[in-house]
Amino acid sequence: MTNHWIDLKNSDCILIMGSNAAENHPISFKWVMKAKDKGATLIHVDPRFTRTSSKADIYAPLRSGSDIGFLGGMIKYILDNELYFKEYVVNYTNASFIVNKSYSFDEKDGLFAGFDPKTGTYDKTAWAFEMDTNGVPKQDPSLKDPRCVFQILKKHYERYDLDKVSTITGTPKDKILAVYKAYTATGKADKSGTIMYAMGWTQHTVGVQNIRCMAMAQLLLGNIGVAGGGVNALRGESNVQGSTDHCLLFHIIPGYLKTPKASQPTLEAYNKKYTPVSSDPKSANWWQHYPKYSASLIKSMYLKQDPVEAYPWMPKLDDGQNASFLVMFDEMLKGRFKGFFSWGQNPAAGLANSNKSRNALAKLDWMVVVNIFDNETASFWKGPGMDPKKIDTEVFFLPCAVSVEKEGSITNSGRWMQWRYAGAKPLADTRPDGDIILELTRKIQELYRKEGGSYPDPVVNLSTDQWADDHGEYDPHKVARLINGFFTKDTTVKGKTFKAGTQVPSFAYLTDDGSTCSANWLYCGSYTEKGNMSARRDKAQNDAQAEIGLYPNWSWCWPVNRRILYNRASVDLQGKPYAPNKPVIAWNGSKWVGDVPDGGWKPGDRHAFIMRKHGFGQIFGPGRADGPLPEYYEPLECPIEEHPFSKRLHNPTALKFKGDMEQRFFCDPRYPFVCSTYRVTEHWQSGVMTRWQPWLIEAEPQVFVEMSPELAKLRGIENGEMVAVENGRGTLDCVAIVTPRFKPFKVMGQTIHQVGIPWHYGWVHPKDGGDAANLLTPSVGDPNTGIPETKAFMVNVRKK
Amino acid sequence: MEGKSFFIDLTRCTACRGCQVACKQWHKLPAEKTKNWGSHQNPKDLSFITYKLVRFQEVVKDGDVTDWLFFPEQCRHCVEPPCKYVADAYDEKAILKDPNTGAVIFTERTKALDAEEIRESCPYNIPRADAASGIISKCDMCLDRVENGLLPACVQTCPTGAMNFGDREDMLELANERLATVKKQYPDAVLGDPDETRVIYLYQMEPMSYYEFAVAGISPMPLYNRKQMLAKLFTPLRTSRG
Repeated sequence: MTNHWIDLKNSDCILIMGSNAAENHPISFKWVMKAKDKGATLIHVDPRFTRTSSKADIYAPLRSGSDIGFLGGMIKYILDNELYFKEYVVNYTNASFIVNKSYSFDEKDGLFAGFDPKTGTYDKTAWAFEMDTNGVPKQDPSLKDPRCVFQILKKHYERYDLDKVSTITGTPKDKILAVYKAYTATGKADKSGTIMYAMGWTQHTVGVQNIRCMAMAQLLLGNIGVAGGGVNALRGESNVQGSTDHCLLFHIIPGYLKTPKASQPTLEAYNKKYTPVSSDPKSANWWQHYPKYSASLIKSMYLKQDPVEAYPWMPKLDDGQNASFLVMFDEMLKGRFKGFFSWGQNPAAGLANSNKSRNALAKLDWMVVVNIFDNETASFWKGPGMDPKKIDTEVFFLPCAVSVEKEGSITNSGRWMQWRYAGAKPLADTRPDGDIILELTRKIQELYRKEGGSYPDPVVNLSTDQWADDHGEYDPHKVARLINGFFTKDTTVKGKTFKAGTQVPSFAYLTDDGSTCSANWLYCGSYTEKGNMSARRDKAQNDAQAEIGLYPNWSWCWPVNRRILYNRASVDLQGKPYAPNKPVIAWNGSKWVGDVPDGGWKPGDRHAFIMRKHGFGQIFGPGRADGPLPEYYEPLECPIEEHPFSKRLHNPTALKFKGDMEQRFFCDPRYPFVCSTYRVTEHWQSGVMTRWQPWLIEAEPQVFVEMSPELAKLRGIENGEMVAVENGRGTLDCVAIVTPRFKPFKVMGQTIHQVGIPWHYGWVHPKDGGDAANLLTPSVGDPNTGIPETKAFMVNVRKK
Repeated sequence: MEGKSFFIDLTRCTACRGCQVACKQWHKLPAEKTKNWGSHQNPKDLSFITYKLVRFQEVVKDGDVTDWLFFPEQCRHCVEPPCKYVADAYDEKAILKDPNTGAVIFTERTKALDAEEIRESCPYNIPRADAASGIISKCDMCLDRVENGLLPACVQTCPTGAMNFGDREDMLELANERLATVKKQYPDAVLGDPDETRVIYLYQMEPMSYYEFAVAGISPMPLYNRKQMLAKLFTPLRTSRG
């Protein structure tokens, strides 16, 4: 989130879309209700009327996968009706930037300039900005130049009129307008609107573009950096934000640094590639400090070596290599992996295309499962359709401790790092993950030292002593201190001298020469000489902070405890808050008061969006794999052969695979219904933990498929009877919940039915609970993230 | 009037089932064996081992769902509990009323009562008996928690402020405040039996839309209304004490 949970209460208009927040983030509704108490309007846009919709002032039904139609239409509405916050747009976004003549968009073909059909990728240099002689983008602050971003934006969304939006989404026009009218009213200087979104937006082949579209709308309305605004992802696990920050994904390393590539043999080459350079003195270009963060990270891993010396030991990707989860399992199915650690996850039920995943596991020589309960991944070899005699995978199960049995921090959606203490002792010989990792690493190091190997250095030189206390036992405090970072020798930075071993007070003091270590620059400041900042539980606030519920002394958030990001955009160029009744920061003549400002510079001294090279919020976003502007494409499995925005049906850069298990079904009369997957309050993820909890199974005992009475009538299905949901990838037996909360959509003149299934169940337990919804989902993904398109695919439903 | 009360603001309930599960957890009640019967409501009904149940009701107009109503049901801890007055005729120690809070408590001695008679005396259809032992059970206001300065488990858990608990005067004040505010959006909003019960629900529309036994308006015994029924009970007692 750019903002945080409590800040929701400051909003004048809350749009919940691509999310079912009341059900899947129930505590968030505490703050949504407080916003409503103050008069906020709550809007819910969703294929289905849910527990969230029941509390919404406006509910609008929308067919799964058609979000860019809806959001593109909202951008057109904002522009046509001049509802954008002009001063904000000119001063804080790249709306005034001039785009190079190489950029174009073919409205017929649905393609941006620079597409190579052979590779299915774009050459993004075609989308560059026009630079002046100093290398700073040319701008037209009047927003009139036909090649400025603002005019290009206007032209691009001209096609997204009400008729087209309604016919592609299936949303009635009056509902679309009601949403647009209510939400775009937040374009006023002192009003703010917020978006609460989740997997309903991300799990599509256009997932990233869904979010880009909303971010652009928020920039036009001046809703970023302000209280009650922002772009707010509701994370799906209590610590997935933490795991994202520490970069468990293949393409990044802790602190959102890039994973080194084989074509970058030295630290210098690596840093040069990823350190942006701006010649605009007003651009803070914060990533210019990249070399300090990369050096400090490497130093934290290899404390005894200079980062230049240790850099070659960092794991590398080949150029263009995609090692995301879907790719990993595709390679696994081809027999390319000997072994696999499935750590605190359940891909045999949780990953798209369960039959493919389960068959892939059968190709491994060995698998280590670290989890608390038996699950579909650990026991894949005795699952439905599996013959254990034909499977050679040796499975090791390491039972681990539960979160409440371990000490450590979790980071919530609002970036708040909160320390937790162990409540109960782990049962029997179950162990915390940290203990397991440390013991495993030490053993591997020992084997490398004894037996050698093709490249022992990266492993044997890891500074594991920094993960353990004086007794050699895993110590979360030690790791937390390492993550914050400390001075490795007596050092003077910015005129201050620090002794070796002192905790670094903030990332402003990190260095690029190995005199500091920090396992994650973002968390620098979280565990300082003052102590464990994330363990603070003080509710004290000054009046301005209390007005918007900042709680700066409760836990610690990154970066540097700044609660609302991009807050320089919440004030005008003189430092006066746009919303005087809910200011985030304000310039009092000599300093900033309120939240931690986005840099201490005087008002107007730096551009507001300090993390972007040029310093401006990106309405035109030339870094994405599938285009600088979101464009409408259908999900790869869709019910219609054409859409009104262009002749191109699908995202041309979507992640796809070849093979027997990769058949896709669109406009296939055998599978005529749109299907989505979702969640319920009572279960969590693939149900690994919750299916074993009797009170939760009591409340939601079995996998179900929700469908409209119209569809039920079509198939002769009664409420509560067992039905089969099927497509070419698998069949899932479910209980039918027939409900008018699902209604058929009128899309492109046809009646399109949609159904939905919760993905919490698996065959291991309970025996009558049902199997995984992912038996039906396709292994296709977003080109930027690789996330599977599990929210829109095609199925048939029939009586059993 | 003294004692404690619940105020349950149904305009804030999102049916998260936190209250339903918290009650089970605090009282260490076993889970029922359930099936999905075509609804999210599970268990289907209150029982000897289910004191708190979230009921779901879709409101449909011309095929469109206009509302989805949630009713986290529990014993109303009536100010003048009919179940107690019926039980007192047999055993004054079977059903007790706590003098400090007003909580209506079923003891193990309820096993000697006629479970059907007790259930039918309740306008809200709450009491449920254990087939094996005959003991009757229901919400006990988490009296053990309340007497130790804690909130009832369901109230503690509720994230949205639907569940409230405190001194009766404060709860009635809160209820009336919320009613006034809610009426601006929902003109048919009403409090359910605020004078007769210690569990006051705020309904955004006609209470019967939520559940047939939401309020005591239509008693399960169509021959009497509540007043008449109590009068009928009291008469023999007065005579016997005569």
